[in-house]
Amino acid sequence: MDMRTPLALAANNGHIPRDIAKIDAPLAVRGMTVSYGEKPAIFSVDATFEAGKMTAIIGPNGAGKSTLLKAALGVIPSLSGEVSVFGNPLGVARDRIAYVPQRASVDWDFPTTVIDVVMMGLYRKTGLLSRLTGAHRAHAMACLDRVGMADFADRQIGQLSGGQQQRVFLSRALAQEADLYLLDEPFAGVDAATERAIIDVLAGLKADGKAVVCVHHDLATVSRYFDNVFLINVRRIAEGPVTAVFTPENLHATYGGRLATSHIDQLDLVAGA
Amino acid sequence: MDAFLNALFLGAGYNAALVGIGAALLGFAAGASGTFLFLRKRALVSDAVAHATLPGVGLAFIVMVALGFDGRSLVGLLAGSAVTAAIGLVLVEWMSRKTRLSEDAAIGAVLSVFFGIGIVLLTVIQTMSQGRQAGLEGFLLGSTAGMLFQDAVVIAIGGTLAVAATFILRRPMTLVAFDPEYAAASGYDVRKIDLAMMGLVMAVTVIGLKLVGLILIVAMLIIPAVTARFWTEKSDTVIWSAGLLGAASGYVGAAISASAPALPTGPIIVLVSAALFTLSLFFAPARGVAAAVIRRQRFQARVHHRQGLLALARQEPIHDKLTLKVLGRDGLIRPDGVATDTGRAMAAKVARDERRWDVAREVHHDVSLTGRYDGLTPIEDVFTPDEIAQFDVVIGKPTAVEGT
Repeated sequence: MDMRTPLALAANNGHIPRDIAKIDAPLAVRGMTVSYGEKPAIFSVDATFEAGKMTAIIGPNGAGKSTLLKAALGVIPSLSGEVSVFGNPLGVARDRIAYVPQRASVDWDFPTTVIDVVMMGLYRKTGLLSRLTGAHRAHAMACLDRVGMADFADRQIGQLSGGQQQRVFLSRALAQEADLYLLDEPFAGVDAATERAIIDVLAGLKADGKAVVCVHHDLATVSRYFDNVFLINVRRIAEGPVTAVFTPENLHATYGGRLATSHIDQLDLVAGA
Repeated sequence: MDAFLNALFLGAGYNAALVGIGAALLGFAAGASGTFLFLRKRALVSDAVAHATLPGVGLAFIVMVALGFDGRSLVGLLAGSAVTAAIGLVLVEWMSRKTRLSEDAAIGAVLSVFFGIGIVLLTVIQTMSQGRQAGLEGFLLGSTAGMLFQDAVVIAIGGTLAVAATFILRRPMTLVAFDPEYAAASGYDVRKIDLAMMGLVMAVTVIGLKLVGLILIVAMLIIPAVTARFWTEKSDTVIWSAGLLGAASGYVGAAISASAPALPTGPIIVLVSAALFTLSLFFAPARGVAAAVIRRQRFQARVHHRQGLLALARQEPIHDKLTLKVLGRDGLIRPDGVATDTGRAMAAKVARDERRWDVAREVHHDVSLTGRYDGLTPIEDVFTPDEIAQFDVVIGKPTAVEGT
C-alpha cells in the first residue's frame, strides 16, 4: 500500500495550481460544475488522478460519481471547469483514454457479437474506410482472452450473463491500448468470478503504469482493491491514499446519516486521526 | 399471372421497366439507411421528416411558376421538399433537446403542422391556372404513371449516393446506435453523426417521394430492417440484408402493380414488404414466433420431466397430465403410471443430485457456483467430477428408488 507523506497530501488538497496545463497527471479536473436543471449534480469539483494507481470514486447515490467521469470526458456538458489529460487538453489526448460505461446504459439485444463489440475499441484507429483485418481481429481476440471471454467471441451479446457483459466492455477498453482507464461501476451486479477477473486485469494495467479510475459502490472492498480514494458528495470531500483518507470521519462527511455507524465499524478503515 | 411474370422480367413495357428498376434501387437505399433509424430507436423521426416534405413541394411549384418555369420539374420540386424536410428535422431535434418536450411529442407537432401547411398549399395551387394538371397530390401516395427516364436517373443517382454514404458512415452510426456514451467518450460527435444519419434518411425520403409518396416512405425505411433483424445477430448483415429485402420488395411490388391497371405502386411495395416481415415474424429460426413457441414447449417439457422424476424418487403420486405425458413419452413410466427400470434409475440419480446440491451449498462457499442451481442445470455442468465425488463422500452410498 502506498504511504504518502502528509506534506504531499496537503499539496494535493490545499493549493490548487492556477494553470491546469502544468499538471501532467493522467487526469486533472478543476472547478467542474455540472447541473441537470437548476440543481448542481457536482459543484466546483477539483480532482487529480495519478498514474500507476487505482483510484475509487466513492459517494452515496446521486452524489455525482458517474457525472464527474462523464463530464471529464465531455460526454455530458459542464457549466464550468477545466480538464487536463496528461497535461494536454481533452481533445488532444482523447485517444489515451479508455472509458467503460455502465453495463445498463446500452441495449443488449442490439444485433452485434462479442468480437464486434471489442472491435469497436479499434474504430478510432482504423478510421472510416479501412478494412478491419485479421490483425485487428487477432488483437481483439487477445483482449477477450485477457478477461477470459475468448470462447464467447461469436456469441450475440444478449446471450451473456451480466458479468460476462461487463468483461466484454472491459475488453473493448483494453483494445484501445490506452493509458488512462475510466470505469463506471465495473463491479455492479457481477458474479464473484467476474469481479476477480476484472480486478486481475486492472491490477495488470496498474503494474504497467496505467492510471485506473473506478466509480465504486462497495465500501467493503475499497481497502483491498484500491490505492487511492476520491470521496464525493456533490462537492469533493477528500482525496488521497486509502491509508490516509478512507477514515470514518471522511465517510461520515460523505454519506452523512446514510451510513450507519455499525456499518462503518465493520469496514477495514484507517483509525481516526 | 402472365402479366405479372412479364412485368417481373421487364417485359411489360418501357415505363414499367423503369419503375421496377427505380423501385429496386430506392428499396435498397431505403432499407440500408433506414436500418440505423431502427437501431437508434428513432424510426418515427423519419415520419416527421417525410410529412415535412409536402410544404416544400407546394412552395417549389409556386416559386417555379412565378419565375416562369414549368412548375412540374421533378428536380425543382424535390429540392423544395428537401428544404422544408430539413427544417422539420432541425425543429424536431431542437425541440427535444432544448425544451422539455419528449421526442415523440416533437414528432407529433412537426408532422401534423407541416402536413397541414402542405395540404393548404396544394389547395391553393389547385386554384391556380397552371395548377390543375400539376399532379402534386401524387406526392402523397406516389404515382408512377408518368415516370420519365430522368426521374429514374434521379432515383438511381440519389440512391447510389445514399448507399455510399451508408457504407462510409456505418461504423460510427452503428457505434452511436449501440453505445452513444462510449462513442462520445471516444471523441465522436454524437449529435453530428445523428444529424448525418437523419440527413441520409431525408435524402432517401426526397428521392422516394415520386415513387411511393411521403405517407408510405417510412415503411420502406423501417420494415426491411425489422425483417432482417429476425434473421441475423450481426449489425452489418442487418444493414445489407435490409437493403436486399427493400430492393426485392420494391421490384416485386412494382411488377405486381404493373400487371393490372389501377394497382397503386407505393402501397403494393409496402404490402410486399409487409408480407416478408410477416413470414419472418413467424418463421425466423431463432427470433421468430414459431421458434419461440417451440423453445417454450421444450423448456416446459424439461421442467415436467425433472419434476416427474423427483416425484418418482419421493414415491409421490403424479396427477399432472403433462408430466405423465412427458414421462411416458421418454419411457420412464408405463401407461399405468408405474415407473420403468429406466425411470427408477433416473429418479434415483435426480434425487441424488439434489442431495449433492445440498452438500455443495454447505461445503462450497463460492456462491457464483452454488448460485447456478435452478432445478434444471445438471450438477456435472457446474462442478468437476472430483468435487462431485467429494460431495458423495458426505452423502454416503447410493440408495435405490423402490418400485411401487
